[in-house]
Amino acid sequence: MNFEWQALAPVLVVLGAAILGILIEAAAPKAHRFAIQAGVTVVSIVVAATFLVVNWRAGIGGPLAMGSMMLDGPSYFMWGALLVLGLGAILVFAERQLNGGVSAFAASVATVPGSRAEAEASAAKLEHTEVFPLALFALGGMMVFPAASDLITMFVALEVLSLPLYLMCGMARRRRLLSQEAALKYFLLGAFSSAFFLFGVALLYGYAGSFELKAIADAVQNPTMGRGILVAGLAMLLVGLLFKIGVVPFHNWTPDVYTGAPTAVTGFMAICTKLAAVGATLRVLYVALSGERWTWQPILVVLIVATMVVGSVWGLTQTDMKRTLAYSSIAHAGFIMTAVVGASTASPTSPLDSVAAAMFYLVVYGLASIGAFAVITMVRNPSGEANAIASWSGLGRKSPLVAGIFALFMLSFTGIPLTGGFIGKWAVFAAAWQGGFDWLVIVAVVLSLVAAVFYLRIVVVMFFGEPAEGVTVGRASAFTWLPVLVSALGIAVLGVFPGPVLDLATMAGTFLR
Amino acid sequence: MIDHYLYLAVILFVIGALGVMIRRNALVAFMSVELMLNAANLALVAFAFQHGKLDGQVASFFVMVVAAAEVVVGLGIIVSIYKTRRSTSVDNANLLNR
Repeated sequence: MNFEWQALAPVLVVLGAAILGILIEAAAPKAHRFAIQAGVTVVSIVVAATFLVVNWRAGIGGPLAMGSMMLDGPSYFMWGALLVLGLGAILVFAERQLNGGVSAFAASVATVPGSRAEAEASAAKLEHTEVFPLALFALGGMMVFPAASDLITMFVALEVLSLPLYLMCGMARRRRLLSQEAALKYFLLGAFSSAFFLFGVALLYGYAGSFELKAIADAVQNPTMGRGILVAGLAMLLVGLLFKIGVVPFHNWTPDVYTGAPTAVTGFMAICTKLAAVGATLRVLYVALSGERWTWQPILVVLIVATMVVGSVWGLTQTDMKRTLAYSSIAHAGFIMTAVVGASTASPTSPLDSVAAAMFYLVVYGLASIGAFAVITMVRNPSGEANAIASWSGLGRKSPLVAGIFALFMLSFTGIPLTGGFIGKWAVFAAAWQGGFDWLVIVAVVLSLVAAVFYLRIVVVMFFGEPAEGVTVGRASAFTWLPVLVSALGIAVLGVFPGPVLDLATMAGTFLR
Repeated sequence: MIDHYLYLAVILFVIGALGVMIRRNALVAFMSVELMLNAANLALVAFAFQHGKLDGQVASFFVMVVAAAEVVVGLGIIVSIYKTRRSTSVDNANLLNR
């Protein structure tokens, strides 16, 4: 059998390194384990990215692994984005200086919070180095998810990316009860939504007689069965996908899980999961079900408006930084989905189609999210992270640099011109407008003004509030500073000079069937 | 005849979905999720029989393996919650609802 080793190398390297990580866990001496795991993780992502660039330049592509995956422009772009953003998010996992020489993950997850066993484990400075292989498994699943060209591969990828995330959510060193609760909620709701996804897969299989997306597209064109089963399958599949993106009414987990999970994991989840899920949604809707566009567009439009309203309005009332960013992520899910629902194709007058616009938005949003969550890990009081917005008051006087960078991320989330966020918003709204959803764009612009209020409120609190007592900016190591600085730089550069990345997204913007 | 299998699958799926939404015990809710997965399995196998293809049956094996992996992760999380709180009720896990 002919197996496409080189084309699949980026995924194989990431998943192979994850398995290697498990062996290291068993074999490496405890004193060096953390350094080895972090090193293997970083090196594997860099190697995977190198393979990706080499393959893309060589023009390798087409169906892979007996037609279960499709390596086309969007796959390449999303793999690249996942590797870069994932590396940034995972680097924050390796931060130990902020916590007094240990990582932000629990010393021993198996111990009961507040028990003597836990105290002993912390005193012995135990650490869970398993987070690195877990993150790599999740990253590998995320890479397969948007590239899968049959539904069973997609389902398996969905679970491979979800299961490690459930675990990582419950591994915070501080506020462990909240963390465990977040893991339970995420797990139960996630498993519930993937059961819907699976039943949708079964119904579409019944309709088309095949799991392949292109066979489903053919069956939609030449139906042999009643439409009821197709529409039911489509709806249930969407439940599973929209849950991962965090679209209303499947958003309920987002605020709780984002708040309870360790902040580094929240940063990873916030962007990489969203990127993979939007990619898979695009592929399912555009490749398999584009013939059913008149069915899914009206459903999605209603959900998108609700998503943007919930995200922007509920976000106004929050007092916790991570919760505010969770509602912000719901609002941004709505903005991204405006491009998806537009389903506009490239034309000579405007070469930016829906896929390219959504992918560019995800990159910009991802840079700002990773940076913002990394900054949140730095602002601390004696008991750990200071997440209340009130305790960020006057941060501009304590550390102008950190507050200034955080303000830049907030401005990018708002979509102020000269930040990457502005170009991203312009791109998705243009795609929606071109798809004939002009009223939706007007609603989205109004709601992004509403959302601007809470981003700007944070900026005002940081620079004009009285300095809060007992809150300091921790001395972080390069593992936190590097992602923060690189994403700040990325947002500034993409705001002024978006051409190259936009061109890359436009070039990559068509799915192969 | 295929209709009967499909109706049974839908009924099992609905029972599972109601179980997740109504039952307050995390373990029972989780068992209900497994019921939903198995309902999907039944539908897959029934459709495979109808289309005279094997891929639906193969898919059901994938689902079983995934479900087993999910049990490992899920029970791990539920047991750790139980050790902390001496309860697996999802209503007691409400620290984040403020």
